[in-house]
Amino acid sequence: MSSAWAAVLLVGAGTFVLKAVGPVAVAGRRVPARADRLLALLAPAILAALVVDETFATGRSLVVDARSAGAAAGVLAVLSRAPLWLVVVVGAVATAIARLFS
Amino acid sequence: MRSGARIAAPLFPAAAALGASFGVLARTAHLGALAAVVMSATTFAGSAQVAAVSVLGAGGGVAAAVVAALLLNARYAPIGISIGRAFRGGPLRRFAEAQLVVDESWALAGGGTPRFDRRRLLGAGMTLWVGWVGGTALGALLGHAAGNPASFGLDGAFAALFVALVAGQLRGRSPVTAALIGASIAAVLIPVTAPGVPIIAATAAAFVGWSRA
Repeated sequence: MSSAWAAVLLVGAGTFVLKAVGPVAVAGRRVPARADRLLALLAPAILAALVVDETFATGRSLVVDARSAGAAAGVLAVLSRAPLWLVVVVGAVATAIARLFS
Repeated sequence: MRSGARIAAPLFPAAAALGASFGVLARTAHLGALAAVVMSATTFAGSAQVAAVSVLGAGGGVAAAVVAALLLNARYAPIGISIGRAFRGGPLRRFAEAQLVVDESWALAGGGTPRFDRRRLLGAGMTLWVGWVGGTALGALLGHAAGNPASFGLDGAFAALFVALVAGQLRGRSPVTAALIGASIAAVLIPVTAPGVPIIAATAAAFVGWSRA
């Protein structure tokens, strides 16, 4: 088997397990109210980290580049209550324009 | 489920475009078109796939590629735990349904809040899956004719998308606290740890926001 296929199969199998751990292990359980509040905070914590990652990370460095314009435009679009598709389009356009001038 | 498909529909073109860019990248890293499509259909996680293929393309070896990808996907363990209680049926069905979890379907379906809707997750996940796998096939077959997505701002589009997804979570003070701390943890750790680790570490922000609530 080529190394490419080995990687494809191993990454696939590992990801299957990572994605399924929660749904298989805690399905249908009653969760105490305190734990409920903790679980609800995972989304803002993880998604905010992903914003930083998507906007500034290039490998192991933080850089301000054209993506920052996309994220900033996304903030403005969200604040003006734009629908999701418009947020994405505005982010792409702002990034492309910033890239033209950088 | 239809409402999930409807809320994810605006992201379909972006998912397809990102899939196409992955397909192109996979070919330049000497993956066959079939391997690229199989990877998108099974792994279904953009950043991890890009990382694995980049390592292979740079001659980095299978072990390094797998470790890089699984570190990036490690966040799916806490993500899955946050919504695990909403799944129904036998273990096989839960295992299968869990494969439709990606950052976007999770966030659009409510994240770990009590508002989380499993069927909405499935509808959104399926929509994104079709775009992602279809885009990968196009990119892998057309190659560079598909163009370089960076040149038309696709990366920035995803930055904006995640801004909108996190904004949808900011109801009340503790989510705002958790988001600010999570973002700070990521910013501090990105320069000093392997990609993926900062996101896992950011889950600690949920505990901080929680203990202060």
